[in-house]
Amino acid sequence: MRKIVSQRIGFSFLFLLLLITLLFLGTIIYFIAAKGVGAISWQFLTQSPKNAMTSGGVAPAIVGTFYLVLGAIVFSFPLGLASAIYLCEYSPKSYIINIIRISINNLAGVPSVVFGLFGLAVFVKFFGFGVSILSGALTLGIMVLPQIISASQEALLAVPQSYREASFALGATPWKTIKKAVIPPALPGILTGVILSVGRVAGETAPIIFTAATLYKRGYPNSIFSEVMALPYHIYGLMTEGTHPVQQKEIAYGCAFVLLILVLSVSFLAIVIRQRQRRKNG
Amino acid sequence: MAENIRIEVKDVNFYYGKKSALQNVSMDIKKNKITAIIGPSGCGKSTLIRLFNRMNELIPNTRLEGRINLDGKNIYSSKIDVVEVRRRIGMVFQKPNPFPKSIFENVAYGLRVNGIKERKYIAAKVEKSLKNAAIWEEVKDRLSDNALGLSGGQQQRLCIARALAVEPEVLLMDEPCSALDPTSTRKIEELILDLKKKYTIVIVTHNMQQAARIADYTAFFMLGDLIEYDVTDKIFTRPSKKVTEDYITGRFG
Amino acid sequence: MQRHFDQELKTLKEKLLKMAALTEGAIRLSIEALKNKDKELAKGVIKADSEIDKIELEIEEKSIELLATRQPVAIDLRFLTTGMKINSELERIADLAVNVCQRVFQIADQPLVKPLIDIPKLADLARQMVKETIDAFVNKDKALAKKVILSDSQADKLRNAVYYELVDDYIVKDGSCGPRAVPLILISRHLERICDHATYIAEDTIYMIDAKIVKHHPEKLKNNKENQQ
Repeated sequence: MRKIVSQRIGFSFLFLLLLITLLFLGTIIYFIAAKGVGAISWQFLTQSPKNAMTSGGVAPAIVGTFYLVLGAIVFSFPLGLASAIYLCEYSPKSYIINIIRISINNLAGVPSVVFGLFGLAVFVKFFGFGVSILSGALTLGIMVLPQIISASQEALLAVPQSYREASFALGATPWKTIKKAVIPPALPGILTGVILSVGRVAGETAPIIFTAATLYKRGYPNSIFSEVMALPYHIYGLMTEGTHPVQQKEIAYGCAFVLLILVLSVSFLAIVIRQRQRRKNG
Repeated sequence: MAENIRIEVKDVNFYYGKKSALQNVSMDIKKNKITAIIGPSGCGKSTLIRLFNRMNELIPNTRLEGRINLDGKNIYSSKIDVVEVRRRIGMVFQKPNPFPKSIFENVAYGLRVNGIKERKYIAAKVEKSLKNAAIWEEVKDRLSDNALGLSGGQQQRLCIARALAVEPEVLLMDEPCSALDPTSTRKIEELILDLKKKYTIVIVTHNMQQAARIADYTAFFMLGDLIEYDVTDKIFTRPSKKVTEDYITGRFG
Repeated sequence: MQRHFDQELKTLKEKLLKMAALTEGAIRLSIEALKNKDKELAKGVIKADSEIDKIELEIEEKSIELLATRQPVAIDLRFLTTGMKINSELERIADLAVNVCQRVFQIADQPLVKPLIDIPKLADLARQMVKETIDAFVNKDKALAKKVILSDSQADKLRNAVYYELVDDYIVKDGSCGPRAVPLILISRHLERICDHATYIAEDTIYMIDAKIVKHHPEKLKNNKENQQ
């Protein structure tokens, strides 16, 4: 009897903690939605800011964020996947490879503002890309690289060894085995990792402060060397600078709401993809 | 080399790191016969058959001494292409391991990775292989369904079809029925007996009755040594070694 | 490793020994009945045969059960199949003892056609061969089994001696003694058959020990030293 009672208490406690977590999450969403939804309108989503950012829309920031995300992923996805494949499938299990692995994991723990400074020093100054989409995308790309590598590694390691053996036993070369027997079942896992890093890229402010973002720009970027507006930085700008704090605040919440919806829908997409693949793989 | 020998094992020693897994093993595997390899766990049975298609190379830190000849040619010679060896020696594993692809694509896999693109040829070959593996009737109407939806026994026969599609000369089976129920096991055993006409079959099994039922020759291994290798009937009625007798009668250990 | 199967085999072996003891007893008593023309004793032997038949069935059923459930191989398989054969051989030996007793009734009420000389010798040989063959089986004694097999020609000789003596010296000379002589010929025939069955048991015993079939291959008996381990 005592066992059952203590078990009940244990589970109730865990459930309580879960509720607290959900409460925070709900509060954030509710808070942002309540304050931001008022600002949302067709105009808000499709027009440029007007009247010293007190009215008009945030379309350039949405577009800018989109470009940055796209650039970062185009850069980091192939690189990350290739590294993961090498580390999992080809590399001999040696001391050096272990160090590389640990380094990659540590890279994931570096604060994002450090990546920003790195981007400033390397892409903006050294390569002379200036403050631009290119510099920002590369910086963001490097920032999420560890995340993409570990997600891909995990997905690859989760592929049963038996698939590889079956493929080799049929006379497949290592590369064909990876291409046809390992990557396909690993793909949902890899894509989930990528999509979740999209969410992270979209929301980061620090790496783009010095490398890509501008507070206000008339019109849309016309090349990868243009500086851009981006949603997170726009929020930061509206809340800390400018001359009309009250009106700006409302727009900032609108931006936050848009960003939140974007990130949530990307995560949702990740879940959908994973579920579909899981069903397909039985 | 005698006409009827497909695989010759000559003075083979095999090591995982410093640990010896096989010692001085020499045996001839006869063409178009079923050879069963029995012995307690860790006796080197699986290690031996995985040497036949060079699968042990996938494990780092292993070392082989001696020769293994396929039709008189050393498969470990530097002139031999390992991919070719593996194509000629098919393998079926302990747990059915179809790819998470359609039934058709599973069987076509070996053809595709070997560079065959002609669709008609592939389709014909898939059908033939499925028929040879005695599973065609069960799957012909759902070739595009995912293979993982099949039952365990069907999956294993699919894996046999997959191995047959690349036209191997030898079929290695590593405890192919250990994960199957008795009915599926019977089906696979009947299939193996049918396949003997075209293929040389080497089967590792823990099930001694199975070895007795289907094998022409039986080899008994213990702790990496080949203890006794003879016609199956002799092994099971009058083994010449006391250890063999103790093992097959269950007195062992 | 101690197996439950070993216990079951042991039980079976004990049954077989009991069967052997009863059979041996039947032979002994039938010979005594013959020598003394003792009808009561003969009746007892005939009656006791049903007990032997009963045990034979038990052994057969148990053996089949073990074959089916244990699927024995190697020495276990050889022990069981040999045991089954020995079982039926013993049963036939017991039947032959009964046959001898039945002949006793035919001759009991008349004087013997001649004094018994070779028949007691043959009877003793039969008893001895049955005893020895059982010992060989129980102790896995190949040498003894071999001895039994080689004794068989002795039995043939004795039977022939009885036959020709009775036919040539009595029946041919005086046909009227046929009804008293023929049962004696038949008795010698029964006793000789007992020796044959003892020989079969010895052959099966050698198969069990060596897995070598010596039946119909007497030459194999000779070179079996090189096969010994």
